[in-house]
Amino acid sequence: MKILTVNFLTCAVKACKTSPLSFPLHFRDAELEQSDIGYNPSFLRNILPRVDWEALKVTATELGFTTVPSEKPNLDPAPSNTDLPAPETAMETSEPDVADEKVMRDLHTLLLETEVREGKMVCGNCGHEYKIKEGIANFLLPSHLGR
Amino acid sequence: MSRPEDTLPPDLFYNDAESRKYTTSSRIQSIQVEMTHRALSLLGLTSPSLILDIGCGSGLSGEILSSVAPPLGGPHIWIGMDISASMLDIALQRDVEGDLLLADIGQGVPFRAGTFDAAISISAIQWLCNAESSDTSPQGRLARFFNGLYASLRRGGRAVCQFYPKNEMQKSMVSAAAIKAGFGAGLLEDGAGTKNVKVYLVLSVGGGAIEGVVEGMEGVDVEERMGRKGDGRKRGEEVGKKGRKQWILSKKEQMERKGKIVKRDSKFTGRKRRVQF
Repeated sequence: MKILTVNFLTCAVKACKTSPLSFPLHFRDAELEQSDIGYNPSFLRNILPRVDWEALKVTATELGFTTVPSEKPNLDPAPSNTDLPAPETAMETSEPDVADEKVMRDLHTLLLETEVREGKMVCGNCGHEYKIKEGIANFLLPSHLGR
Repeated sequence: MSRPEDTLPPDLFYNDAESRKYTTSSRIQSIQVEMTHRALSLLGLTSPSLILDIGCGSGLSGEILSSVAPPLGGPHIWIGMDISASMLDIALQRDVEGDLLLADIGQGVPFRAGTFDAAISISAIQWLCNAESSDTSPQGRLARFFNGLYASLRRGGRAVCQFYPKNEMQKSMVSAAAIKAGFGAGLLEDGAGTKNVKVYLVLSVGGGAIEGVVEGMEGVDVEERMGRKGDGRKRGEEVGKKGRKQWILSKKEQMERKGKIVKRDSKFTGRKRRVQF
């Protein structure tokens, strides 16, 4: 399971929906794996505004990554909505693009290519454990919680 | 034709033998692929997006999402949910790119608000119309699913759910539940009237863009636009006296808006009874 997915998952129990503690889910005994996924900058630009950076930092610390920047990197908006001043800005930003590129590559490695193989995720509110086996998290709830 | 929904709950029906058919039977595969392409064209995505695959099964539809070429707005990243462990096992063997979750969509969608750009579901949500235990009801499961889905899509997001309704009643029950959750909903039928009819429920979040989606397509009937503001009709004005036909009709309309199943209006609705001795 990708770190990106973990950044969006909340506890499935209905009573936890309203609690701020139910997000993010906390890892226990996590086993990691690197996979190889095609680098896709426009997807990253699309998804980055929706990533909860505080939660990502918490998750990354729990998994033993210390290289996450403390602030969310500020990337240019998607190239699709630069209709008017396109030519000049493209010229000006050509230099910091190299730094951007590195940040993007790092994010790609962390969010998409790092996967949790085995372990548990625990809700900070109700304490329900979601087991992860072979990269698949079990979100089935027992019937008394599933209503 | 027998309906698997009538025989067993989905987690038991899709056992190892049944799941294997999704990799060995070329007929099942070609139908699934065709429906996925249709659903994808209805979503109309232009840039690489995060997509929820509801009832992803063996990941057939997900593979198509991952393989959309860059000029066509791909490749998309997807997260799949399915209730059948056997199906997910097949997906693992096929080494799909998306993330997989073992989850019951009738228990809600466990993602925070505004996560996905779009959602796709191929032949899954008819399973919600069955309740396998006495402590759940189809209406309750549908409501939890659509409420969860509505919350997890971002504003302007779309969902396309292909499903096999058992009858007209199930079809209206599903679309009413979606409308109740706040979606703008439209039903699209491919091959209506034939044995191979495919029903697509096209849903949109906010902006009421549903007419835009289905515009110019044949055989689409737009169910209802969810206009929370426009419905500011004053109560009591045209409702009439309790028990009168007007009153009954307005009550039925009210119940229908709530997503309840309501008998259709006929010439007998609210008709005056003959005087009894």
